[in-house]
Amino acid sequence: MIDLLIPAIISCIIAFLVVYVMTPPLIKILEKRNFAVKDMNKKEDVMVVRPGGPAIIAGIIASEIVLYVFLQMNEILAIIITTTAAFLIGYVDDRKVMGGWFKPVALAVAAIPIIALGAYDSDLAFPLFGTVQIPALYLALIIFMIPITGNTINSIDVLNGVASGFMVIASFSLSICLFIIQNYEIAIVSLPLGFVSLAFYKYHKIPSKIFPGDSGALTLGAMYGSIAIVGGVEIIAAVALLPAVINSFLFLSSVKRIVEHREIKGKPVDHTDDFRLKATNDRKAPVTLVRLILAGGPMSEKQVGFAIFKLAIFSGVLAVITAFMMGVTL
Amino acid sequence: MKSGLFGFLFAMWGLIIVGGGIIVTLLGPISISGFGDLDWFIASVIKAIIAVILVVVWILILSKLKNFIFKKEINL
Repeated sequence: MIDLLIPAIISCIIAFLVVYVMTPPLIKILEKRNFAVKDMNKKEDVMVVRPGGPAIIAGIIASEIVLYVFLQMNEILAIIITTTAAFLIGYVDDRKVMGGWFKPVALAVAAIPIIALGAYDSDLAFPLFGTVQIPALYLALIIFMIPITGNTINSIDVLNGVASGFMVIASFSLSICLFIIQNYEIAIVSLPLGFVSLAFYKYHKIPSKIFPGDSGALTLGAMYGSIAIVGGVEIIAAVALLPAVINSFLFLSSVKRIVEHREIKGKPVDHTDDFRLKATNDRKAPVTLVRLILAGGPMSEKQVGFAIFKLAIFSGVLAVITAFMMGVTL
Repeated sequence: MKSGLFGFLFAMWGLIIVGGGIIVTLLGPISISGFGDLDWFIASVIKAIIAVILVVVWILILSKLKNFIFKKEINL
């Protein structure tokens, strides 16, 4: 445990600093190239640059390479390759409008390195009831897991700071859970995700100076999914991610098909005269987490963001309880 | 409203724990013999079918739960 302390500290510092230092010049480059979109939740015509994905992936690759030098684990290679592939998929979607099926299918392919490098254990662990061996079924789970976590984080990236702030809470919860179940090496491998998200949150929080874009959101989501698989904490990871899962579930159960947000006709959320957010009465619009939060009345963008963070903290606590329950068998 | 969302989160968590128990109890003991090299494959297919059925049931329960908790909000 003690011998892991130095690589852990170095990788966390590198993860944070690379994103913290690299994001301001990235913002300037994107401004020069006019890669900006209108922030729809601001009264004035505020343009925000995107994507922040390049800074995020740089922080992840740099910190994980440092960990690989110290630990020489195939699991780290699998995380680096899968996360980088997810970044490239997101970057293509940032630059060119792709169909609704592009991201799920491409992200499923991005999961293959985890299988090829054998960086998984096909026993699926459940709290209280022990493990179940599902060798063939587990391969399908890996293929599905990366598109689900990637798109789930992407779908919650709707307000300033929400995706990065949510990932800070979810990833640190997952790291704590990995320490609780005494999977120390993967716990340390997971820490850079939280620090990368934290550094990016500095620029993404309201009022945003940069948006993560698909490349940023898919990178964060795919790395989270990869850690869940290589760490054997799939169930705990799902629990920590529940608010975002609810958002995707509500969206899919109301739309009833896989579709890009830009293809949706109805508007789930509108603005009041003082530009606070309010839920619409549009029956064609999808039900989303933000729409349900706003059903109680109009709120500012910041208030909605904090409401989502409170839900994320609640899920994080449930994930920690689940981790403790892993050690108990009925 | 917010308590409804916290309640829904808690219910989802409960469903995951219970669902895990059912999966371990149902899928764990399944093993097939008498088909030689195909034993593991047939067992995996049976496990996959049961797992898909359980996921569909889980989604249906969740959908009913969603309609119950957010009845007013969904009919905005």
